[in-house]
Amino acid sequence: MDYEKIGLLAGIEIHQQLDTKEKLFCRCPTLLRKTEEHSGEYHRYLRATESEMGEIDDAAREEMKRERKFTYYTYDSTCLVENDEEPPAPLNQEALVLSLTIAKMFGMTPIEQINMMRKLVIDGSNTSGFQRTALIAVNGTLPNGGRIETLCLEEEAAQRVEGEIFSLDRLGIPLVEITTSPCMHTPEEVREMAGYLGMVLRSTGQVKRGLGTIRQDVNISITGGARIEVKGVQELDLVADVVKREALRQQNLIMIRDQLLSRGAFVQPAPVDVTGLFTDTGSSILKKAKIILAVCLIGFSGLVGYEIQPGRRLGTEMSDYAKKCGVGGIFHTDELPAYGITTDEVEALHRALGTTEKDCIVLVAATPKQAHCAAMQVIKRAGFALDGVPEETRKMLPEGNTAYMRPLPGAARMYPETDVLPVLVEPSMWDSISLPELLIVRALRFSTELGIDEGLARQIAFSERLPLFERAVMERINPTLAARTILGILKEIQRDGADISMISDDRFIEVLHAVESGKAAKEAIPELLRMVAKGAGTDEAIKKCAPAISRDQLHAIITKIVDERAAFVQEKGNAALVPLMGVVMAEVRGSSDGKIVSELLRKEIERVCKSR
Amino acid sequence: MERLKTGDRIECSYAGTRFNGTYITSREGKAVIKLDSGYNIGVGSDTCRFMERPDPVGRPEISTTQNDSLPHLSIISTGGTIASRIDYRTGAVTSQFDADDILRAIPGLSGIARYRTTQLYTILSENMTPAIWQELAAAVYKEIKNGATGVIVTHGTDTMSYSSAAVSFMVDTPVPVIFVGSQRSADRPSSDNTMNALCSATAAVSPLGEVAVVMHASTSDDRCAIHRATRVRKMHTSRRDAFQSIGIAPLGYVDYPSLDIHLSPGAVRRGSREPAISPVLDESCRLLYFYPGMPPSALPETGEVHGLVLAGTGLGHVSTDWIPALKTLVDDGTIIMMTSQCLNGRVCDRVYDTGRDLLKIGVIEGADTLPEVALVKMMWVLGNEKDPEKQRLLFSSSIKGECMRRSLHGL
Repeated sequence: MDYEKIGLLAGIEIHQQLDTKEKLFCRCPTLLRKTEEHSGEYHRYLRATESEMGEIDDAAREEMKRERKFTYYTYDSTCLVENDEEPPAPLNQEALVLSLTIAKMFGMTPIEQINMMRKLVIDGSNTSGFQRTALIAVNGTLPNGGRIETLCLEEEAAQRVEGEIFSLDRLGIPLVEITTSPCMHTPEEVREMAGYLGMVLRSTGQVKRGLGTIRQDVNISITGGARIEVKGVQELDLVADVVKREALRQQNLIMIRDQLLSRGAFVQPAPVDVTGLFTDTGSSILKKAKIILAVCLIGFSGLVGYEIQPGRRLGTEMSDYAKKCGVGGIFHTDELPAYGITTDEVEALHRALGTTEKDCIVLVAATPKQAHCAAMQVIKRAGFALDGVPEETRKMLPEGNTAYMRPLPGAARMYPETDVLPVLVEPSMWDSISLPELLIVRALRFSTELGIDEGLARQIAFSERLPLFERAVMERINPTLAARTILGILKEIQRDGADISMISDDRFIEVLHAVESGKAAKEAIPELLRMVAKGAGTDEAIKKCAPAISRDQLHAIITKIVDERAAFVQEKGNAALVPLMGVVMAEVRGSSDGKIVSELLRKEIERVCKSR
Repeated sequence: MERLKTGDRIECSYAGTRFNGTYITSREGKAVIKLDSGYNIGVGSDTCRFMERPDPVGRPEISTTQNDSLPHLSIISTGGTIASRIDYRTGAVTSQFDADDILRAIPGLSGIARYRTTQLYTILSENMTPAIWQELAAAVYKEIKNGATGVIVTHGTDTMSYSSAAVSFMVDTPVPVIFVGSQRSADRPSSDNTMNALCSATAAVSPLGEVAVVMHASTSDDRCAIHRATRVRKMHTSRRDAFQSIGIAPLGYVDYPSLDIHLSPGAVRRGSREPAISPVLDESCRLLYFYPGMPPSALPETGEVHGLVLAGTGLGHVSTDWIPALKTLVDDGTIIMMTSQCLNGRVCDRVYDTGRDLLKIGVIEGADTLPEVALVKMMWVLGNEKDPEKQRLLFSSSIKGECMRRSLHGL
């Protein structure tokens, strides 16, 4: 697809948790917990406060429609600040310096005096009903020439456990929010820039790693379409797919609009009760329903069932809107007869409503209140189809598709967090911030200075265990051995069930030293680390699993093995080396270096061959 | 250049770009600007240029209606915030005091009663004085005489228990007089103000007939406790359930959100007393918190005060070194009452020698009266009763439930 031609514009908003010792506004650790470890719980209601404009934020009003009782899980690692029972502590300096460092890395300008704000959020994810957030820096640059508009430092929200239950361990972890301008023009460029932003963040060595610690929201529009915000793209690999599929969806919605307009299509403004038509229906859903309402979409036939993203149709979009009222979904005549609804019933429906096969009828079956709400939502979404693409906040679905979440939020409702004093960013403080080496630069340095393979260098530079690697190199351990052990062996034994969190950096380095000094063979590393993970000391592990064998002992073992298989060796010649290697290595169980074994073995094979 | 005023539209040049915003204020030499994104930033004021001064946004006219068939409650505000309004344009938070504003902010109130509001003061509760307690008592009494079904006093929480005790001593009330406040600011969606207000209104129309404090019973939004005005104390700096009844169970609870009310058998019932007011207070009284090694010179001079409440250690002690100085004060006519820093439990100066010496020189045992309540009681007794014998009788008896004849277990 020619994305330039369709006028694709995309921007990214990245949220990255910072790996600070303490939270942003209290002195609790930034530690995620298992929910079953919670020490207590309490319940709260949240209510939006009336604003000077005499109104309550629309999104807030929507949230308030249902009287919602929120439950919060507390832990021995949370405190009264998370409970909204104590004023916030002063802004965490470590987090401030880190966020300024990140800003400096992007060439941004810091705000002279940082003012903390309260941003209204009443979905329950913040116990106070607001999120504390501050604008830290503006105007950075991206490698594609695009602009980073803002960098904000804010507190992470509480994690939803299920329904209206939230877990307080995550609330208050420092987070940077980086917003780019809509400066990207192809899906690949978005993927690349998201990757770049992540790389810069990780270069600090002080950001949280793992699923959920970095979240990308992507803003996407095409010419004639509308701005769509896709929330919570957690995997970088899906970013390009999300953009592609959203561009496709907008194109198709525009095409559908053009068709509808050329057909003179319209939406009947009120639903019709058609419960009576389905008294003897074979559809269990319709049969169970208290009421069945029909929405007439005149001239829509064929388009409601039209696929706008792989596996998703305009009807799916209507269904997403209807689901906000608590119904399970909708039926539409583009997909009927099916689901136990017969051709006769569809015809009867058209007759009763005075519609034809050029029209599409949407059925909603539920309780009267839900059905009415859902039918009105279908009418609303169908109406949008006549305009093209509605502005929406959407959530990502597994394969990169998206589904409707809510309307785009209006201007954020913010007012000052008066419990936190403004912070001056003195020029001397800004100047004293040193920039960490970018991971891409570091990878290059590893391959040129340390002589390790380029791919391996990149892998280790981007790895979470980079500090361990750097320490090993400092201690003069062979860089390739260190990198391969960290990236390969640790993962391998973890896969086999070893608890590698039990292997301290000290033990790890000791094991590598033992190998380097010849006390243990390279081949013994997995077994040694496995034993260390189970609590063994390094020396103890070496003694048990890989007692060093002297060259003479090794020689004797090899001579014996080769002599026992003399006929085989004489037949195969040097080709016997590989199979015999396996036999010898099994015998010495990693106590000897493979290189030495192969060298001795080769000599012995020659000896036996010559003796023929 | 035009001097910038809050709300002015301005243009700033910063970090190589221009942006528009609203001028908020000047703080520490920086101009605080609200950007159109909602964020405030502080920048050098020389970067900002005045653009225009928008017409002030008129207050929205959303009328509220009061149901005439409901009982009539009076709300007297002293400075505690029961409702707030936020101006997101400037970030200003303003407290709301008139009935319309309060009803708009807390719509649930309109289903409980109709309201008349009096804004007596707008002060921080640490700035309260006995003189204001007297004015407050007079205002409460006036509302009772005017036929209010109940009176709600909104009050800052810091010294709410002093004021509630003072009003309790000064006013005999046949109807509930409910003190209420909030621990978490009313602007926040999680504020305890709404639930406390709804529960206090419920208590104010209930069969209760005494002065009480109604606040959160726990950290959850599940019920409010009704505390006797003379037995309540703020026991936490910030938690919602900071107010606790000491040495007595709460008078009752109001469940939330059902607003079902449960009163204990010991709660004084509506109509038990005839309305009356004895508003005189003798302010020449002090409360002194003893600590080990505190010199006797910390005591007032002879004749300096009429009454002195001591918050002593344990069963009610001060250093033996203090006995001569205290004796001089008592001999000179200063009334001295002993209470305990333990807050829980009863003073008993008959167990140890120091205590017996204190009794011998004429110090009065404050029983289980809370130190702050003992101070307020002393001001009221000395103000209204001049006969020393009758004063002693009043000190040793309970006037408004401030001291108990029995110490209950399990509290």
